[in-house]
Amino acid sequence: MADDKDVLRDVWFGRIPTCFMLYQDEVTEREAEPFYLLLPRVSYLTLVTDKVKKHFLKVMKQEDVEEMWFEYEGTPLKWHYPIGVLFDLHASNTALPWSVTVHFKSFPERDLLHCPSNSVIEAHFMSGIKEADALKHKGQVINDMQKKDHKQLWMGLQNDKFDQFWAMNRKLMEYPTEEGGFRYIPFRIYQAMSERPFIQKLFRPVSPEGQPYTLGDLLKEMCPSALPQDDEPKRYQVVIHGIEPMLETPVQWLSEHLSHPDNFLHISIIPVPSD
Amino acid sequence: MPSSLLWAVDVYGRVYSLSTAGQQWEQCRDAHLEFKRVTAVRQCCWGIACDHNIYLNVHASDLPIRYQEETYENQRWNPVDGFSDRLLPSDRWQWSDITGLQHQPLDSFQLPSESWEWEADWYADENIGGEPTDKGGWTYAIDFPATYTKDKKWNSCVRRRRWLRYRRYKARDTWAKIPSEQVGPLPDPFNDISCGGWEVNEEPAGRLSLWAVSLQGKVWFRDGIRHDNPEGSVWEEVILPGEVVQISCGPADLVWAVLWEGQLLVREGIGRDCPKGTSWVVVDSPSPEVGAIHVAVGVNVVWAITKDHKVWFRRGVNSHNPCGSGWIGMVGEMVMINVGLNDQVWGISCEDRAVYFRQGVTSSELSGKTWKAVSVPRDTDRSHSSASTGSMHSAGCFFGGEVRLQSQGSVLSDMDSDTERAPAGGILSDPGAPAAAAAATAAASPAILATSDVDVDVPKPRIPKVTSDSFISELVSDREGQLGRRDGPPTGSSIPEEEVALSSTEAGDAEVKSPPALVLSPSQASGLQGPQWSNVDLEEAQTHLAVGPPPEAADTCSLSSVATYHLGLEELYGPDEHPLWAWVSGGGCDVDSHSQLNWFNSTAMNSSVQSMSLSITPAQSAAWRKQIFEQLSERSKREMENFRHYEQAIEQSVWVKKGSMQWWRDWKPNKWTDVRFALEQFSGVEGNKDGILFIYYTFNDEKKYLHAFVNEVTILVPVLNDSKHTFAIYTAERTKQRWPIRLAAPTELEMHDWLALLSVSCCDSRGIHGPPSKQAIWSITCKGDIFVSEPTPELEASPYPMPCDQMFWRQVGGHLRMIEGNSLGVVWGIGYDHTAWVYTGGYGGGFFQGLASSTDNIHTQTDVKSVYIYENQRWNPVTGYTNKGLPTDRYMWSDASGLHECTKANTKPPSPHWTWVSEWAIDYGVSGGTDKEGWQYAADFPASYYGHKTLKDFVRRRRWARKCKLATTGPWLEVPPIPLSDITILPCDPQSSLEQVPLWAISNKGDVLCRLGVTPQTPAGTSWLHVGTDQPFKSISIGAVHQVWAIARDGSTFYRGSVSAQNLAGDCWYHIPPPAKQKLKQVSVGRTSVYAVDENGNLWYRHGLTPSYPQGSTWEHISNNVRKVSVGPLDQVWIIADKVQGSHSLSCGTVCRRLGVQPMEPKGQSWDYGIGGGWDHITVRANCMEAQRISMPAPHNGLAQQTAPRSPLPTRHQEDEINGDAVG
Repeated sequence: MADDKDVLRDVWFGRIPTCFMLYQDEVTEREAEPFYLLLPRVSYLTLVTDKVKKHFLKVMKQEDVEEMWFEYEGTPLKWHYPIGVLFDLHASNTALPWSVTVHFKSFPERDLLHCPSNSVIEAHFMSGIKEADALKHKGQVINDMQKKDHKQLWMGLQNDKFDQFWAMNRKLMEYPTEEGGFRYIPFRIYQAMSERPFIQKLFRPVSPEGQPYTLGDLLKEMCPSALPQDDEPKRYQVVIHGIEPMLETPVQWLSEHLSHPDNFLHISIIPVPSD
Repeated sequence: MPSSLLWAVDVYGRVYSLSTAGQQWEQCRDAHLEFKRVTAVRQCCWGIACDHNIYLNVHASDLPIRYQEETYENQRWNPVDGFSDRLLPSDRWQWSDITGLQHQPLDSFQLPSESWEWEADWYADENIGGEPTDKGGWTYAIDFPATYTKDKKWNSCVRRRRWLRYRRYKARDTWAKIPSEQVGPLPDPFNDISCGGWEVNEEPAGRLSLWAVSLQGKVWFRDGIRHDNPEGSVWEEVILPGEVVQISCGPADLVWAVLWEGQLLVREGIGRDCPKGTSWVVVDSPSPEVGAIHVAVGVNVVWAITKDHKVWFRRGVNSHNPCGSGWIGMVGEMVMINVGLNDQVWGISCEDRAVYFRQGVTSSELSGKTWKAVSVPRDTDRSHSSASTGSMHSAGCFFGGEVRLQSQGSVLSDMDSDTERAPAGGILSDPGAPAAAAAATAAASPAILATSDVDVDVPKPRIPKVTSDSFISELVSDREGQLGRRDGPPTGSSIPEEEVALSSTEAGDAEVKSPPALVLSPSQASGLQGPQWSNVDLEEAQTHLAVGPPPEAADTCSLSSVATYHLGLEELYGPDEHPLWAWVSGGGCDVDSHSQLNWFNSTAMNSSVQSMSLSITPAQSAAWRKQIFEQLSERSKREMENFRHYEQAIEQSVWVKKGSMQWWRDWKPNKWTDVRFALEQFSGVEGNKDGILFIYYTFNDEKKYLHAFVNEVTILVPVLNDSKHTFAIYTAERTKQRWPIRLAAPTELEMHDWLALLSVSCCDSRGIHGPPSKQAIWSITCKGDIFVSEPTPELEASPYPMPCDQMFWRQVGGHLRMIEGNSLGVVWGIGYDHTAWVYTGGYGGGFFQGLASSTDNIHTQTDVKSVYIYENQRWNPVTGYTNKGLPTDRYMWSDASGLHECTKANTKPPSPHWTWVSEWAIDYGVSGGTDKEGWQYAADFPASYYGHKTLKDFVRRRRWARKCKLATTGPWLEVPPIPLSDITILPCDPQSSLEQVPLWAISNKGDVLCRLGVTPQTPAGTSWLHVGTDQPFKSISIGAVHQVWAIARDGSTFYRGSVSAQNLAGDCWYHIPPPAKQKLKQVSVGRTSVYAVDENGNLWYRHGLTPSYPQGSTWEHISNNVRKVSVGPLDQVWIIADKVQGSHSLSCGTVCRRLGVQPMEPKGQSWDYGIGGGWDHITVRANCMEAQRISMPAPHNGLAQQTAPRSPLPTRHQEDEINGDAVG
């Protein structure tokens, strides 16, 4: 029987084949070839696209280059969402590779955060972990860690070191057995059809009677419209890491196994493809 | 930990048990009997039924209860008839006991009770002291009484033979009446019993003390209870200074009783030789105004209840001071209290008659923290309403912390404050969320609200508030009272009408408010009413209440006039209410403060309560989990399969982990030196990971380093002691040198982090993942650590095998003393405490956490061992033996060698993982024997000691033992209940399809056992089959074609005939003479080879084995210096060698392999040296990975003979003396 550990590996090593193409209006010295790359689902766009930048800079003049940003079918891609979430939210059920357009001009200030360096990503990532641990353990675990332990988490993500990351991250996944789970489940629900950024509320993994809450329970409370109605065809897919877990799956298990490295469970609600 | 049972009796006399693994009370069979009280120990439960008889329920177990009856047939020779039963007038009886004094014809033996049956008929024993006798079993002597020999000589005038017959106790898992035939004064009806005392003396096995109190207040002691006589023999009256109402006997030497007048009695003088004790001491009641009514004792605790239901804890109680020093009042009101195993405490509350468990009782905090209600349904509750159980929590029925301790914040309030605090932390992106979520959470659980509503509305049944033994009469009186006040509000704690039914005779008694136990004051009890009230009322009660089984034909008719009941009361006591308990006994319930029990959740009926991710059973979660696995693998296929040629976004790089350590310097003078330690990991050429270890040190102000490639590391061995957290790193080269890299981490935690990391790194570099294979080679160190190695075909290749110092070993969690397996993946181990464990198929555990460990299949494992120290004394003419030795003498408190001082105070457990679980106690089980105080005598230190004093003896010593316990985790599950000392599993081909895997074992007591139902799917098997022997055994081994060899404790060797797949247990033992002047101690049988090790460390090979004559002909000496042998399914021979000299150091306890073993040359030629020292056990019996045979001339035969002498103690290779390490 497959072990739960395998899930962690599958989640970590999830890759999205991506085709980066330069925006047609960008000025180039010669024609820019598309650039193909396997992007880690759990990482962040600006953290893993050094090669993309290098590739396109070769055909561009230095003075035409401003901050690089990405767009998919007209939607600017928020680098501070994990790559897997961006893909699931905007491009699941489309043909692979994922075609991402690269811009070097006209940064959409209204839609995107600036990302001048990796330290911004690190700060964003670490604040996510801290927030998640505040929910899970009142922040006690992350606060008990040393600076180098924090660094190890970040370096693990940055360098795609599964073992290095999980050697530390497992401490964040512990909880007192008698309580049956974390204090609250760190989760974020993204809706493809909504303008709201995401839903995040307090949600306990176990009912006061000791019964574990399921994904269905979570959605019923946070986003009931995502659940199929009895007599209607299914309208929405509930996607985590590109898969649709059953609504009976306990949220505690999901939080331990399908969370992103920032320790949040990122759930995407997308319309069922019409065809 | 195996499950064990908590026993309880409800107010209707129904007996229930609750398993530590269970979630509901199971009603006991034999429901036609109602019980007043029960007292349980691990192996059985005693009870007083309402017919006043005592019943015993011996739990079924694989270990049969057999008793060997023996008698001797004596004959004398005369010239006319030869040997005949005509004896001289002065002679003994023709049939007698061993001494000849007792007349014992065969037909004089009767079964002691209906619970016994004969196993077979009488037969003559054809064995004397391990040697077979001639047919008929006669032994001869010159005259009675004399020394008998098996040989008939010219002067043998008398002969005798022993007849044996076994009887078996058959009444298991059922309540069997203890026969009341008794010579002398018969006890009047019993009123209370208490069982315990098994720790006072472990010999004979299963010995128990059973104390009973009669209605007249007399105390009786049941003599002769032991494993093979579970019912005991006779009641002995114990003289008393007063009249007793209740008694309690702990697992060890504590016995307390309560007097009618309310004082307590403490039994003194209980010891090994006198389990009954010698005298009583009176202890005053905890409260000067209110007498005690109930007492319960454990090993080091005494709890009492006074007549006002207050609970008291006795301070300062221990074996040396059984009276203790003072009382502490505790929170809670109880009607009775019981102390179980590990000094855990159970009570029945006064208010709701629920069973409560005292939480937080540890050896350092014996009084515990809080009371917690056991709230599980009964199996008989058809419509269990969660209202009752839920109410206990919602009503806040946790009793608070003990008065004199710091108040413990209750769980409930803590959680509430969390909810308050969380939003205040300001960590949430959506500030409106917390309140909404909290509200929603509450709304999402309407069931709870409903539950508490119900709870509020339902009037609490008024529960008798009495600690009297006579709960039935209470019940009656209670109902009386209830009748009158049904419409009144729920009543408080002191209600006078409890006495209504029975206190009529007590008019004018000043203590109206006291519990009705006073009703049973001596004057009355001895009077007309005394013996009458108890069970009669029960019968009535049941008739009227129409619950429970129909009453038996009333052999005890109602004498007392019982009030009539209102039938409406049924509702109050109906099955939908939570059970009202009358008595609880935790004496067989093995829990401690760490145990995880499913007894406290009101939703116990709901199986999903435990479906947290780690405790989920596959069946429960199959659907959603399976779906996630499937979808993830689909996703990987969809998103990655066609795009493998794409570049990875992140390039792999080197990852370094550094730390500070101490290193045991390679050169002299060896000492611990501060070093920096680093592990560099990188991706190897073919994508597999690899790494290098660096040790940076300073020598003569120069910075240097030492390094080792991770893929060359063969094993990491933790060496914990109480001063340093050290571990050893071996490579093949370092194994040859017997000189590992020794490192010490600053803390235990860091050591474990490093070991786990290094271990993963080593496994990665060798591509080893997941659980060990079925053919794995297992070994165990002298610290009980378990290692496993994956064999390759090259390992047993001939003529050029892979040297065994190159084997890679990885650690598996757990703690064992020995381990055996076979190539079907069936692996069993035995702990130091003789517990049997079966391998679950997992890996990791112990300090391997997270990724280095499987999540399923890892369980807690405990082990117990004894630490010994010696008290030494010298005799002098003035004062006799004293602890003043000569200046040249050893320490007066020392280890076995006398070289190290070991006092009781300064001796620590073997490592920080072990904790003491007992006090120091004199050890009487020392070889050589001891006197009554445990002393052994000798002429001088050091010498051989013996158990009696002679004139020439000037010194004496005695051994003290103290038990310590280890708790760890690993892929092991206990196989209760029989403690084992040896195991063997049939070695076979991995493809073989055995219906059952033959597994034999020797029990701790020396019984030979055969496990039934063992298959690769159910490696634990189902039950033990007892194989008859005439003497205790110590070693056993089964070969590939079911040839079973075994060694008895006296060293005699046996072959078991006719064992086959169809006849698993075989039919008879054939005696095999041992090698001349040697006593064998261990045997191992491979495909065809049979090897044995004797007590002097010699290894013997059995010659002349053929299919038609499997016993063989002679023993051939192979080698000395051998501790243990393991012969595998390829007839490969591996041993633990006593001493092996390496180029740098000597190792004791080393894994060695016999070289040159071939089908035509099963004895091999020389030894190959593997990992060690410090190894205790190896098994190669799972490995049948054979290399393809290449025909090649035998390797330099002459050389092998030359360099490998007949012992695995090789000559020292001087040329290796130089340190070949990369020191740069």
